[in-house]
Amino acid sequence: MDWNAFNLSLQLAAWTLALLLPIGVVTGRWLARTQTLARPWLQAFFALPLVLPPTVVGYYLLIFTGTRSPLGELIMSWFGVSLVFSFPGLVVASILVNLPFAILPVQRAFEVVSSELYDAAACCAMTPWQTFTRVEMPLAWPGVLSAAVLTLGHTLGEFGVVLMVGGNIPGETRTLSIAIFDRVQAFDPLAAGQMAGFLLLISLVTVALGYGVLEKRDQRKRRSA
Amino acid sequence: MRNWRTCIAVLFFWSTGPFYSVPAFANGPIVAAAASIRPALEELSARYNQVTGQSVRLVFGSSGTLANQIVNGAPYALFLSANTAYVQWLVDLGFTQGVPVTYASGVLALYSRPGLLGQTENPLLALGNALEGGTIKRLVIANPEYAPYGSAARAALEHAGTWVQAKQVLLVAANAGQAVQYALEGDVDVAFVPMPLARLAELQKTGHLQALPSEAFPNVELDQQMVLLPDADQKTQEFFAYLQSIDSREIFSRHGLGAPALISPNLQH
Repeated sequence: MDWNAFNLSLQLAAWTLALLLPIGVVTGRWLARTQTLARPWLQAFFALPLVLPPTVVGYYLLIFTGTRSPLGELIMSWFGVSLVFSFPGLVVASILVNLPFAILPVQRAFEVVSSELYDAAACCAMTPWQTFTRVEMPLAWPGVLSAAVLTLGHTLGEFGVVLMVGGNIPGETRTLSIAIFDRVQAFDPLAAGQMAGFLLLISLVTVALGYGVLEKRDQRKRRSA
Repeated sequence: MRNWRTCIAVLFFWSTGPFYSVPAFANGPIVAAAASIRPALEELSARYNQVTGQSVRLVFGSSGTLANQIVNGAPYALFLSANTAYVQWLVDLGFTQGVPVTYASGVLALYSRPGLLGQTENPLLALGNALEGGTIKRLVIANPEYAPYGSAARAALEHAGTWVQAKQVLLVAANAGQAVQYALEGDVDVAFVPMPLARLAELQKTGHLQALPSEAFPNVELDQQMVLLPDADQKTQEFFAYLQSIDSREIFSRHGLGAPALISPNLQH
């Protein structure tokens, strides 16, 4: 069992979730409420990582943010980091491929909040922030939780984009899913099977916990109704 | 309330670990190598660690993918390719340091399921007969467009005059390692595989494994070259020299690789 790789996978999932969830909530909420004609195109744009093969996404990230690219050189000169073959690069790549998982469930959740509630909040002289925290979020949080669970599970299992952008460097970019692939390539099915089973268990428990919280909330609502 | 803050603080410091981890070379230089030489290189690096106390980190992949990663900024210090073409490409683009060295010669092996081709001095002839007779349902090679063992396999089939028939039953693997994987676990009758990986997967236990002479695939060379990359430091150069030693030659040979045609001037031990 490659504990280093497991630790790296967890850290990648934690950073992706921490950075992507606020982006998902802001973007999903805006998409739910906007009347712009470009809305279907924007939704399609954010859903693109679902239809593109992750290896393709990884390949183009390598081309456009690699050390030979203008963007890569700029980032290196400003921040002293490279976005390829490094953990920050994995985080950026992971955020991009998880956009649909973070935005779409949130958008659906905020669409349920009716416009009458916004009018009522305005009548009560609530500020936009108060409306968001006391009216919208209590109604939309199951969607936000779904987005978090999906993002977490997907990041733990990410492979194609991590391999292309990260390079399978032990201790730095070799996540658990890459370590499993590495063991398969080394004809070590026992080690690969152990890690795959472990990853499956972690993902199952994470998703079950997330939906368990939702179930409890629904039960409490039914009892108080 | 305080417990929550402590939890968050601990979580924060744990999650920032990778951002202030030691630079790439502090844990030993990163050596990028073709997947087909994995067993040999793993033994070599373990032996090197025993002899010198130094360690290197190994990254395996297909030679083409690794070469592409190098031109896009991968922090590798040394590259061991399964051919010479990718090394020459890097040299032409200016991504190397010093002169490439041929460290071994690849050996292409023909794997067949038990009883299909029989014990024969001319396995390609026997293969041709089996293809004519329709007893072969699936034949695997690595992708001949970019995998050196794949192009050697295609050259061998073309030279034997059986490429056209082989194409009817051809299964193309993404790389040489996957070709071995299919031979090991798939319902495959014949596979052209690199000998080191075939031995690692113990294909000789599940079927018949026979090395093909280089004359079987003319105009395709399996000379395997290695070259230092711009990030190579003193430790990398020492490992580079070790890979040209008699010790290393013996280990490469034991894992099914041939000796390089030209003897390196940097022999040690």
